[in-house]
Amino acid sequence: MTDPIAYDAQPRRPAWGVRTPLRKSLSTRQPILVAPPPPLVCISLAQCPGAAARATVAPGQRVLCGEPIGEPTGAGRPRFHASISGQVTHVEARLVAGLGAPVPCVVILGDGTDQRWPGYPPDPGADGRSSGDLQAGLAAAGLLGLGGALFPTAHKVHTATGAPVLLLNGTECEAYISCDDALLRERAASVVAGGRLLLAALGGQRCIIAVKTDMPQARVALYNALQACGDPRVVMSVVTAKYPAGGERQLIELVLGREVPAGGHPADVGVLCQNVATAAAAADFFLRGQPLISRLVTVSGGGVARPCNIEARIGTPVSDLMALAGGYQREPRRLIMGGPMMGVALPSDDLAITGATSCLIAATDADLGPAAEEMPCIRCGDCIEACPASLLPQELLVAARTVNAAELATLGVTECIECGACDYVCPSHIPLTRHFIRAKAALAST
Amino acid sequence: MRFATDLPPQWHATVSVGGMMRTVLYALVPALLAHVWFYGAGILLNSGIALLAALATEAACLRLGGKPTAPDLFDGSALVTAVLFAFCLPPLCPWWVTVIGMVFGIGVAKHAYGGLGYNIFNPAMAGYVLVLVSFPEAMALWPAPDIGDLDYLRPDLAATLHYCLLGSLPDGLTIDAVARATTLDSAKEGLGLMRTMDEIRTRPGFGDFGGAGWEWVNNCIAIGGFVLLLRSVIRWHTPAAVLGGLLTMATLAWLLDPNTHPSPGFHLFSGGAMLGAFFIATDPVSSPTTARGRLIYGAGIGILTYVIRTFGSYADGVAFAVLLMNVTVPLLERWTRPRVYGRAG
Repeated sequence: MTDPIAYDAQPRRPAWGVRTPLRKSLSTRQPILVAPPPPLVCISLAQCPGAAARATVAPGQRVLCGEPIGEPTGAGRPRFHASISGQVTHVEARLVAGLGAPVPCVVILGDGTDQRWPGYPPDPGADGRSSGDLQAGLAAAGLLGLGGALFPTAHKVHTATGAPVLLLNGTECEAYISCDDALLRERAASVVAGGRLLLAALGGQRCIIAVKTDMPQARVALYNALQACGDPRVVMSVVTAKYPAGGERQLIELVLGREVPAGGHPADVGVLCQNVATAAAAADFFLRGQPLISRLVTVSGGGVARPCNIEARIGTPVSDLMALAGGYQREPRRLIMGGPMMGVALPSDDLAITGATSCLIAATDADLGPAAEEMPCIRCGDCIEACPASLLPQELLVAARTVNAAELATLGVTECIECGACDYVCPSHIPLTRHFIRAKAALAST
Repeated sequence: MRFATDLPPQWHATVSVGGMMRTVLYALVPALLAHVWFYGAGILLNSGIALLAALATEAACLRLGGKPTAPDLFDGSALVTAVLFAFCLPPLCPWWVTVIGMVFGIGVAKHAYGGLGYNIFNPAMAGYVLVLVSFPEAMALWPAPDIGDLDYLRPDLAATLHYCLLGSLPDGLTIDAVARATTLDSAKEGLGLMRTMDEIRTRPGFGDFGGAGWEWVNNCIAIGGFVLLLRSVIRWHTPAAVLGGLLTMATLAWLLDPNTHPSPGFHLFSGGAMLGAFFIATDPVSSPTTARGRLIYGAGIGILTYVIRTFGSYADGVAFAVLLMNVTVPLLERWTRPRVYGRAG
């Protein structure tokens, strides 16, 4: 008998990729901690790639939690909302977590009341609405892809309209990050409801929620939520815990066996990919009237006293979250936003989080392991086995070092997803990904 | 609070070139012990001399190339090359033969091509082939294995040392008393004299498949090879293809006429077949990096080994086969490039 809820009988196992230590249980021992509204937030108006939003508030103005503060400057651009109630103190360019240059920000000094803006009434009948209405709602909510790319959800859904498959990504394959796991454990019903809303907005036929073999509690919770929901269009799929199985193209290949053409989009193979947290945020908007003002952030690593998952307001300073997690211990060597593979090392903890901040790792030497010296390539080929795009990193390295543009293009450097798997396995400790990022930039500029 | 930053990835698997080389050396320990058991301590002596020569040559080459000696000299690669080279040498071997082989292997085959990672030819095999063609008599001096039932004088440590340092045996010992033809030599010679394999196998020195004693060294080398596979230092493609290629050729010929062709088991357990398959052909630097490339490369070594053993003038052909296939590696890699994700075939 086939299980109506399971999309596939066996976990999907990739031929490529690397197995890293996962260390997710560090932060899943306790339930999600809902952070109180912080005393101050700094909300970036340029969280997603592209032009920043235009600030619609001025210093001195009072705003309510959930009130729009930045309006889109073009089609497909997102709107931003105040994540606490209080008074706007600055509208200026500031550094935020994860970006190297200052971006336009709105700074709000909280009043502690957390009074909600009444402009978005809950809409319990949202899943009966038309695709166009729902897409407009997604745009109003300022929804961004919470997997980390922060691509505006409304725009992504719009450009994929009619794609038959909605793939919800709950696989978070990087070590330490457990926010999607925690979300599925505690709020699976919200993910399922959001998945159905996104499916309606897309006009698709099937929603597949992908989770990983190493999250048993989340799988049970999701299974129960799917059973309770009883919508036969929504199913779950399980993939093996291997990095980078959670990459968009990699997940589509694993779950659906389809390959997104080079230079194309998932919609070209009939798929829209969204993070499970984005689905939950859609449900929060339509069913509770809450725009994107918060996200789940994993705070973990050996350098923090009580690792946990925190529901934090967008714009909260990193240091506030570290304090909520018990503060620092054992002199962390790095402060990483994201996972240890693709994450960025933050220069300071006074930076404010954005929608892309899925994880903050206060990493000690024990977390990261010793730094190693670079040696010549011994052509072991381990990087080839690790590469999810079937590239030849060791040949790309030669082409990148000799700045051979034709060879770089032939070898497919443009298909490099910068996952770092080749770096990770390299016994000679060659920083391959850095070479490829530079080479891609050089190719793009010619 | 402020933190130091670095570009991603922020961490790294606990693998290193030195670690890989160490694993290779550990994997050779059983075979080394078996070698000492059957043939005496000669291999330890030869390994020591080869290592000193390899390190001296490597240090000189790094200095000549203006590179810092410290990390590269101790990455373990010279040690692995020296031990693998010593496995090819007879236990009785004059020191200058060993030194010449290593100076050529490390100095010319490795460093003249750019050092670790850039050499086209396997340094141990290049060194071995040089001494094989330059000192053919010295390379044929294999003492009979110490299996207890043979009427011969075993060179003790003092005699081995004497031969190693001076190139001659102490008074009272003659080469003929301590050395025997290897089974590969016996088979080649016997078949040349129109004897059948059954007749040839009645000679002392033959074991179950290959040479008595030597087949146990080969067993231990295979065990070491499996250790390398389990520890992910090597992949299955190359050894499987080498042994598969050799076995296919040997089986076909043997099925045609078992009297005039040694059995497939004899081919597998004689000479350098196991060492070649698990430790030489898998040298990452001088072999292809793609899975399909490794299969073709390995099969080529297996087939060429058979061809050289059968039709060539040398009894064993592993070293020549490896060097010949080394030349094809750049071409094989170009032919076997995988299709890039998302691109049309």
